[in-house]
Formats: sequence, structure tokens, C-alpha cells
Amino acid sequence: MAEGRANEAARHFRFRPAALSAPVVPAAPRALIGCGASPPRPVRQRADMAAGGADKFSVLLPTYNERENLPLVVWLLARTFRESGINFEIIIIDDGSPDGTQEIAEQLVKIYGSDKILLRPRARKLGLGTAYIHGMKHATGNFIVIMDADLSHHPKFIPEFIRKQKEGNFDIVSGTRYKGNGGVYGWDLKRKLISRGANFITQVLLRPGASDLTGSFRLYRKEVLQKLMEKCVSKGYVFQMEMIVRARQLGYTIGEVPISFVDRVYGESKLGGNEIVSFLKGLLTLFATT
Amino acid sequence: MTKLGQWLCGLALLGSAWAALALAPPGLRLPAPYRQALLPLPVYLLVAFGCYSLATVGYRLATFNDCEEAAAELQEHISAARADLRRRGLRF
Repeated sequence: MAEGRANEAARHFRFRPAALSAPVVPAAPRALIGCGASPPRPVRQRADMAAGGADKFSVLLPTYNERENLPLVVWLLARTFRESGINFEIIIIDDGSPDGTQEIAEQLVKIYGSDKILLRPRARKLGLGTAYIHGMKHATGNFIVIMDADLSHHPKFIPEFIRKQKEGNFDIVSGTRYKGNGGVYGWDLKRKLISRGANFITQVLLRPGASDLTGSFRLYRKEVLQKLMEKCVSKGYVFQMEMIVRARQLGYTIGEVPISFVDRVYGESKLGGNEIVSFLKGLLTLFATT
Repeated sequence: MTKLGQWLCGLALLGSAWAALALAPPGLRLPAPYRQALLPLPVYLLVAFGCYSLATVGYRLATFNDCEEAAAELQEHISAARADLRRRGLRF
């Protein structure tokens, strides 16, 4: 199983020198994008298949003190999108990090161009939900990818998200740590037990129709995310959960792709008693109100 | 209806069915063997659900993938990214 996963990863994420890949349309992305029989918009896709159809993907990266990780995640994103021939932009929403995240983001804008990297900072820490709203105002793509900027989410999965979206014409594609080849790295038994236990309780109480509710690696149609942002009020873990629950209520379809979650390489990971209490509070609130 | 409402409805339905059968007045009682099985049924169900929950969480905990290769691959990608970004003039 582990073997298969490694191969799968390798298949979607090959090193390819820029000079080689530029003129040749890679074979894999062609299969990834377009070609699916089920989506009802074949004409538009066929017209510009190699370039990822008419679709454009805006990645929202909310950051706070991610000076170390931000350039690395941007590099991985840019390489993944370029290798797959996907039209993209990366929107960095920095909440006034004191560690110089914005300074490094400005350097990235110079390297990749201001059409690919959009720096849209805010003055202070204002929370994840409003960061998405803020970022979306500047997004020109018709799809939005949300992910963590701390390298726990690898951009290599995004082409799989896109393929999945096309396959079922889904409104949302959610990465899941709990299915198939999905998993985590860097968690001890206690953390895993809490995660599995919390997930089980959530599944029993909310029956949400998606296996990973607290994950934050997802692909949304822009208008769907906009609609959901109007509805969702929770914070933290519960915010991601509410997004899926509300999506189900509104009749949106959700596809799932197994992902590996590699816990923060740099910096501290956080899961304390406070998080657990606020998670349970949020869960019960959703249970009683949705 | 909220999920809480659905749960309350379900519980009320099952609960009243159970109460009607198990706690019926003497004239309408089921034969003794059935009654004896019925009376502790809610407790059995609760215990069964508890066991199911423990077994499910335990199984999922045991089969939770450890993505060792993903972590190793990420480290490789990080080194490649650092080298390439330096070459392009990024000051870390």
C-alpha cells in the first residue's frame, strides 16, 4: 500500500526541467484535465485543453509568521501548476506578521510576477474566515483553492482535486486524511486518537456526507465559496466543519481526494485542551442549529 | 429540521414504542418471556452502540496511515525549492 502511494505521488509530481517541459504538452495533465466524459461542458474544455481549459485556479494563502514556509509552498505551487499546464494565481493574505512574511512575499512577487502572486495583506490578525473573504475579492479565477501555508498540505494534490472536480462536476472537492491512501505524518498516538474520536462523534451527530470535516485543503467553485462565506459564522476547526455542513444544506455536491497531511515542519503545532473544548462547543452548536 | 430535532424525534419514536410494549398495564401485557427480553433492551442497545463506537475508533486508529514517504518526499522538495529560489535571487 505504501508502495502504491509513493508511485501515485511520483506519477503526479515528476521533476521535469523547464526547458524540456515548455514546448511539449505533458501527457499526464492532458488526462487530468478535460477529457472526462461526465462533465457537461466539453466544448469549452476541448478548445483549450492543454492550458487547463478556460478554468483558472486562485489559491488563497492566509499567512501569519510563515516567513520560512511561504517561499517553499509558493515554489511548489508554481511548479505543480506549470507542469500540469493549469492557469493559476496565488493570493497571499498576510495578517501583519511581525517576522517579515510580507517582505519575503514581495520578493516572490518579483520572482514570479505580479500576475501570478498577489500580495493582499491586512493590518492585523483578523481570522481565517475574513481572510478568505478578503482574498476572494481579489481572485480572478473561477475556482478557489484553500490550503495551509505551513507545508502540511502539499500542492501535488491539487491536480488530483481538479481531476476529481471534472469527473463528478463537483461544487467542492475536499482533501481527506481519513480515506484511501490519505493519512498524517508527525502525529503521536494521542493526537491520532483525539482526531479519530472527534471525527467519529462528528460523523454520528452530523452525518455530513464527507469524511474529513476539519481539514482545510479544499477546492471550491468561486460562487459556492462566496455563498458559503455569507452563511458561516464559526471560527477555527469548526469553521471548516460548518462550511461542509452548510454546503450539504444548500445542496452542493462534494467530492473527496485522499491527501497526506505532514504536520508542520517548521514552527509549533497546536492542539491543546482549549482547542478540544471549542471544537466540542462548535460541534454541539452545529448539531443543535443545522 | 435540525440534527438535534431528528435525534429527538427518533428517540421519542423508539422510546414510546418500547414503553408501550414493556410498561403496558397488566391486562395488555405481552407474555412474560417477551417482556423479560424487552425490559433491558435500551441498556443492551446502549452497550452495543458503545462497543461499536470503541471498535470503530480503535480500528480506524490502528489503520491510520503514517505518511513516512510523504514526509521524506517533502524534505526533498524543500531542499530543491530552497536551492532553486536562492538561484533566482531570493534572500531567505
